[in-house]
Amino acid sequence: MTATVVAWILLLAVAAYACGGGVDYGAGFWDLLAGGAERGKRPRWLVDHAMAPVWEVNNVWLIFTLVVMWTGFPVFFQTVFTALWLPLALAAVGMVLRGAGFALRKPTRRLAARRIYGAVFAVSSLLTPFFLGTVIGGVASGRVSPGTTASADAWANTTSIMAGLITVAATAFLGAVFLTVDARRFEAHDLVGYFRLRARIAAAVLLALGVIGLVVTDPHASYVHHGLTHGAGLALVIAAVVALALSVWLVAGQAAGWARYSSVAVVALLVAAWGFAQRPYLVPTSLTVQQGAGADAPLQWMLVVAAVALVFIGPALVVLYRLDTHGVLEPLTDEDVAE
Amino acid sequence: MSTTAHLLAETPAQLLPARELMAFTLASHIMLVPFGVALPFITLLMHHRGLRKADPTAMLLARRWSAVMAVQFAVGIVTGTVLSLEFGLLWPGMMGRWGDVFGLGFGVEGWAFFLEAILIAIYLYGWRRLKPWTHFWLGVPLPLTALMGAFGIIAANSWMNTPQGFTLDSSGRPVNVSVQQAIFTPMFGPEYWHFVVAMFLTAGYVVAGVYAVGWLRGRRDRYHRLGFTVPFTVAAILTPLQFFLGDNIARQIFHKQPIKFAAAELVWDTDTHVPEYLFGRLQEDGTVKGGLKIPQLDSILAGFTPDTQVTGLSSVAADDRPTATQATITHWAFDIMATIGSVLILLALWYAWCWWRRRDLPKSRWFFRCAAAAGVASVITVECGWITTEVGRQPWIVYQNMRVSEAVTPTGAASLWTMFGIVVTVYVLVLGSFLAVLLKMRTRWRLADAGSARAHAEGPETDTPYGPRPEPATTTGPGENRAPGSDL
Repeated sequence: MTATVVAWILLLAVAAYACGGGVDYGAGFWDLLAGGAERGKRPRWLVDHAMAPVWEVNNVWLIFTLVVMWTGFPVFFQTVFTALWLPLALAAVGMVLRGAGFALRKPTRRLAARRIYGAVFAVSSLLTPFFLGTVIGGVASGRVSPGTTASADAWANTTSIMAGLITVAATAFLGAVFLTVDARRFEAHDLVGYFRLRARIAAAVLLALGVIGLVVTDPHASYVHHGLTHGAGLALVIAAVVALALSVWLVAGQAAGWARYSSVAVVALLVAAWGFAQRPYLVPTSLTVQQGAGADAPLQWMLVVAAVALVFIGPALVVLYRLDTHGVLEPLTDEDVAE
Repeated sequence: MSTTAHLLAETPAQLLPARELMAFTLASHIMLVPFGVALPFITLLMHHRGLRKADPTAMLLARRWSAVMAVQFAVGIVTGTVLSLEFGLLWPGMMGRWGDVFGLGFGVEGWAFFLEAILIAIYLYGWRRLKPWTHFWLGVPLPLTALMGAFGIIAANSWMNTPQGFTLDSSGRPVNVSVQQAIFTPMFGPEYWHFVVAMFLTAGYVVAGVYAVGWLRGRRDRYHRLGFTVPFTVAAILTPLQFFLGDNIARQIFHKQPIKFAAAELVWDTDTHVPEYLFGRLQEDGTVKGGLKIPQLDSILAGFTPDTQVTGLSSVAADDRPTATQATITHWAFDIMATIGSVLILLALWYAWCWWRRRDLPKSRWFFRCAAAAGVASVITVECGWITTEVGRQPWIVYQNMRVSEAVTPTGAASLWTMFGIVVTVYVLVLGSFLAVLLKMRTRWRLADAGSARAHAEGPETDTPYGPRPEPATTTGPGENRAPGSDL
């Protein structure tokens, strides 16, 4: 029972990272495609301003996901990190480059240096979610089981690659929707249409990749495939498609602010569908939630810690996002740090 | 070296790169930790002073420190995330077996860090639009979240040093986990307080050191005076306290991890009247080459009397204790830490003396030279303290329960060496750029203070958050054109 609850918390943390982190990765994706220094100046300006206050918070979801994984399901953690070593190692390197690129670009003034930091940030914004996606695909494809050692087979297969591409498309979609809304918030009217178009393209690509993914899933992934095309899993996939359509419609109109919620719903529903499809396995079809669960006492304490933390973090998070969306959070400007 | 080579031959080939990679990433991350833990506190102190006394200089310092905090925190979060990934990438054996026993500490840390990230975002980006005191009070919980995060991390590390809170079943797997016991292990208290004070002290000396350098170069204005005095006072107050905490933790190690103590003090045979070695190198046969030998002192330090029996390295089998090389590394790290700590006390006393006699900073240039060096020195002590605790525990990853070689990933040595190479390259670039950016910011601020910022307009994308604008500020709105320190 406790293990099941912790498994849902883990899925929730993954979903939160996919949404929060996804928006940031998506912003980086559009930064990459924004063009040269002159042409890409405006979009990049928006990316910088929209991301800056919240990207570190979004990043913490990943740390939290890892902690829940190793405390709640130590064998699962060991299995994933042993079998899927390479994509995880590449994602780790990508995260360093991305975070550092973004953090260092802001206070840098020379164009050449900004270009380098920006390129590093943008390229790793594309590669990191791709590798993380292949990890999810690798787990879902059932080629991983406790005791599997690292091999290319575990992640370089159709399901994994498709999962990686879908992840990138989902981040691009989230990023574009959020930037559309941010453009309106920062009164950059020229960028509203710019990102709205990109949100639509990304939505179309995401839909296409999803359909292709479901069709060409390789035979190893039959358990999850079955889960995604039947019952609760199917219902969630359909709900995600509806949310996707809704987002495309909302982002065009006056109530664009709501598109943020519907686009987050798309990604959250997809993650939930994956979770439902994979029940009761952590690793289909070799390790169930119950088999992989750690000792009872720490699991129960983890719920207690999570509940206490929620009391502190919930309000703080609400304050942060409220302040951010109301434009109260602004970087220090030059005259603030000049005498 | 022959025993070392022999042991290496027995251990899996991927052990060395895994160890080097972990050591490198931790050593890099730990340099940023003091600022993550303590810089918010020092900044808030200055911020409070600025608000209470309506002091524009203090406000300017606080704002600039928070600009530094923004970059530092971002880089720290990145290197920290890498560490949590590396637990799985390098030591899946440890996480698979013990993850549930000692993972809760990390859980606490994760949540604390989450809260810290939220609050720091509000603090860093709230300068302009929030009401001054509201902004300050929103920042006040920051040091508390940092202490909470340190609690989680140290709980996990002290558990690795003195593991408890479980029993082993017939197959050697931990069962009957007691969370309270696994968090509050014997080494937890000593490690926690020693660590926390080290962080505040280091951040204090480093920040003060920056202004000490300015002072030595003749910038003796109120700005430098204040920038030096506040962090230096924090550090100077903590230094003697740290001396007692350091002494306490050494004695706790003597009782609870006797083999680590033996490595740190180069004790070969269990005996009374053990001499103390200052530096020196342990040989394979148990003799010590070089160094300064002080008769009886080790026994006295460990138990206050020369009759105190100290356990030696030879009391356990060779593969259950650090090698001669590892013991020497531990010993040197320990001695360097203790030496620097003692010298810092003299510096703190010098400062206290002048303050007590004249209510003023010491006049001597040598004081400021020492103060500038204290920043670097305290970062070195942090590294040494970490080396002492980690290398001294060898060959155990979980003391007396799991060897490092049992925890290591089965991934091949070649992959790990490749990753090591990539990570070193990336880290050198990132930390180098980080330093370059900080120095650039400093230069820009100095130019701004000198009023010559206009000369330095560059490139099309000059509208960056930090640093003076290339052109004079235009009055575009009521909130835009304020003197620093006035109505924020």
